Amino acid sequence: MTSTGSIIYLEDVTVSYDGFKALSRLNFYMDRRELRVVIGPNGAGKTTLLDVISGRAKPEHGRVIFGDHTDLTTLRENDIAGLGIGRKFQTPSVFVNLSVWDNVELSLKRASKGVFAALLERDAGGERERIAATLSTVGLEDKATLMAGALSHGEKQWLEIGMVIAQDPELLLVDEPVAGMTDEETARTGELLESIAVDRSVLVIEHDMEFVRQIARKVTVLHQGTVLCEGPVDQVQTDPRVLEVYIGRRRETADARG
Amino acid sequence: MPRREAAAVAAAALLLVVVLPICNALPASSALHVSDFRLNLFGKFLAYAILALGLDLLWGYAGVLSLGHGVFFGLGAYAMGMHLMLEIGAKSVYQSALPDFMVWNQVKELPLFWRPFYSDVFTLVAIVVVPGLVALAFGFLAFRSRIRGVYFSIITQALALSAWLVFNRNEMRLGGTNGLADFKTIFGFPLNQPSTQRGLYAVTALALLVAYLVCRWITGSRAGKVLVAIRDSETRVLFSGYSPARYKLFVFVVSAVLAGVAGALYAPQVGIITPAKIGVLPSIEMVVWVAAGGRGTLVGAVAGAFGVNWMQSWLTTSYPDVWLLFLGGLFMGVVLFFPDGLVGAVARAFGGMGRLTRGASFTATPTESARSRGPSSTGHPRPEPVARPPLQ
Repeated sequence: MTSTGSIIYLEDVTVSYDGFKALSRLNFYMDRRELRVVIGPNGAGKTTLLDVISGRAKPEHGRVIFGDHTDLTTLRENDIAGLGIGRKFQTPSVFVNLSVWDNVELSLKRASKGVFAALLERDAGGERERIAATLSTVGLEDKATLMAGALSHGEKQWLEIGMVIAQDPELLLVDEPVAGMTDEETARTGELLESIAVDRSVLVIEHDMEFVRQIARKVTVLHQGTVLCEGPVDQVQTDPRVLEVYIGRRRETADARG
Repeated sequence: MPRREAAAVAAAALLLVVVLPICNALPASSALHVSDFRLNLFGKFLAYAILALGLDLLWGYAGVLSLGHGVFFGLGAYAMGMHLMLEIGAKSVYQSALPDFMVWNQVKELPLFWRPFYSDVFTLVAIVVVPGLVALAFGFLAFRSRIRGVYFSIITQALALSAWLVFNRNEMRLGGTNGLADFKTIFGFPLNQPSTQRGLYAVTALALLVAYLVCRWITGSRAGKVLVAIRDSETRVLFSGYSPARYKLFVFVVSAVLAGVAGALYAPQVGIITPAKIGVLPSIEMVVWVAAGGRGTLVGAVAGAFGVNWMQSWLTTSYPDVWLLFLGGLFMGVVLFFPDGLVGAVARAFGGMGRLTRGASFTATPTESARSRGPSSTGHPRPEPVARPPLQ
């Protein structure tokens, strides 16, 4: 594979739930090693976009191409994860009854994640180092032996990001990572995502416009299941169509910033 | 396995496999004598404990609650029972080569599916393979369709009900309501001899030890962690690249095989197997053993199977009317006051919760887990970190 070209390419994708078109003939394209933020009002289809890429939702129409030529539309979630697409959910989803260390250990990329491999394999070479490195990336090296259930909300979010990094994905899908975080945690998360995007592609869905301004280079605005506009964050913010869609939300954000 | 646990297992194994049969062989006048009746009772409890181990692996670790394990128990018991019926031969009441119930049902010829059970080897293989295959087929369909949680429990209950209906039918040529009974010998050894029963007991105790070690090996491997992870967040497991369906199918089959082995050891020791042991009610009782003993600990399952059944045998002889009330009360008590069961309550009393329970802290050393459990000891109401499925 070359290092240029698209990492993910959606062509004419339609997904509907009971007649409601969550995505409607969507075309979406992302470069390798790009950090892209997708914004849009509620119901615009942001999470559905991640669902389609990660295999949770199946499009009734269109193609989803990963890398040069892998069509994802017929694959299951765990197979797609194995190909190198990691997903971080909006609400923290970690294994609360396992230690932080074990959470990362289970997520590590491996040749086989089948039952018998998991029964028979013992610590493969370098596994401990990889887990330790991942934990230090997300700043949880001191909490390795804690049960994941004992972590704070923000720490659980970072742990889950760490678990996704441990999968060594080429593409990370991150759904509203800073919801419910303090300002300080939000800033740290932004730095974390930017450091990840140095050698991977990252697709972030976010509501928090301040956070978007912190991390975004290129922003895609979704509206009613299709791309409304796309471009650098400043350009998108002044786009009259975006202003119209966001008119209510913009005032809220302005108030919040005081 | 930590050294202390290994020592405890070795001591328990020595007691159950070696000491008890020796005590049984002592003359009745000896103070240490264990009566044939009691040893036989223990043999039955130990067979139940084998089943409980498998159920705990499935429910306590992977969070998959089966309300149909009586079926797998029954398949193993019937496989053994069919062989024992054929061993009776012409020594039966009607002195026919056919089992008695076939004679009075006017069956003239041994049904085809009975014939392989003449073979000892076939029978031993069937005890493992038949429950395993049924679980494989049933589990494959259920897990592939992503049936989970309470829906899975309900369809396993439906399985128990339909199996019960099927085994009750005389047309099935399995003895109908009366089941299979009046066994005379097992692999040539007369069942009415105390020495045969002692041997059966010892085999059961040994089988329990092996079953425990196998389960412990599974929970101690990475696959064991995946099972706990499935209980916590099946979606995260899926998006981490694992197929939860395959892992659940694996434990479902393992637990069905253990249930089949338990049934096969139960039948010759109790001397009868009827459809009453495979229906909805016995299947739920099995779940109560595990819940009462403590889920996700393996040890709790064994303790629960032993304790609840011992209590049952005591209460049904001394106070026959209160047994069912007690069983219901026990289940409610466990749900309301001791969600971690006997083992959880004991461990909490001694402050070592993290070491014993949840099967989750395999790798954590005692000090580490004590630290992780820290907030509870400082008196703060710690939010229960266990996203355990409710007892359904």
